Amino acid sequence: MSNLVTNVGHAHGHDHGHDDHHHDSGEMTVFGFWLYLMTDCILFASIFAVYAVLVNNVAGGPSGHEIFELPYVLGETALLLFSSITYGFAMLALFKGKKTQVLGWLAMTFLLGAGFIAMEINEFHILIAEGYGPSRSGFLSGFFTLVGTHGLHVTSGLIWMAIMMYQVQKNGLTATNKTRLSCLSLFWHFLDVVWICVFTVVYLMGTL
Amino acid sequence: MANAHSHDGHDAGHGSVKSYAIGFILSVILTVIPFGLVMYPSLPKTLTLWIILIFAVVQVLVHLVYFLHLDRSAAQRNNVVAFVFAAIVIVLLVGLSLWIMFSIHTNMMAH
Repeated sequence: MSNLVTNVGHAHGHDHGHDDHHHDSGEMTVFGFWLYLMTDCILFASIFAVYAVLVNNVAGGPSGHEIFELPYVLGETALLLFSSITYGFAMLALFKGKKTQVLGWLAMTFLLGAGFIAMEINEFHILIAEGYGPSRSGFLSGFFTLVGTHGLHVTSGLIWMAIMMYQVQKNGLTATNKTRLSCLSLFWHFLDVVWICVFTVVYLMGTL
Repeated sequence: MANAHSHDGHDAGHGSVKSYAIGFILSVILTVIPFGLVMYPSLPKTLTLWIILIFAVVQVLVHLVYFLHLDRSAAQRNNVVAFVFAAIVIVLLVGLSLWIMFSIHTNMMAH
């Protein structure tokens, strides 16, 4: 929260602003990132629509009822939800300017997210090993596409988070890093929102 | 959870320990109940389906408010407008796609 006076007027696009107060270039960047997330929502919506159309086409293979393990999915959900709140605490520490705490909460978030991805890879591995890979049926193609796309997003978030930990470690809590961490915050919470739809539509409705 | 001294009310739009805690507890409740209803079936199927769908929508709203900090403040107005627009597109995209595809399915007499 250093000099509040500088570039209030000329905003748009460039991210070298020193000012982290309202209506600066940082805020425009975060808003732009929000718009990107809205388009990402539409990507996911399309894949959900595809999944919903394909879900009954099991082609003699298993239906969701036979392959989904709800306690396991509940574990994945818990990891992602915990990682959402630990990222929230990282943001709170960020706005208090506490670098060590920011790094600690980011590391915790990273571990929880990595645990989620590990569980998902394990689930995919077991399914494919049993012969229920994406090529088995329309339902499984839709399932792997939808859950896999979410998993790839989470993986990108993890890579981004690792980079941010390095940058915070090296450069401290600069205005640029604050902007980037704010964008990652939106991205991370957004992925948790998508996961709510995934576990409801895919796992719960598939088991019901 | 550690750093509990939040010195609240500093910057609206960034949340506080309290708001994250409320969001978290609500999310836990809204997750555990639908999982419980599906894992230990005790209600009619249609009712269970409606409950899990409604709980999902409510939980999405909880995340938007407590984690993504959408609210009615002027600072958030553009974000909310963009979100509402995206939501309308999504409802049309998913709803109409499913309508078309299931109409085709029915008219083809696949079942």
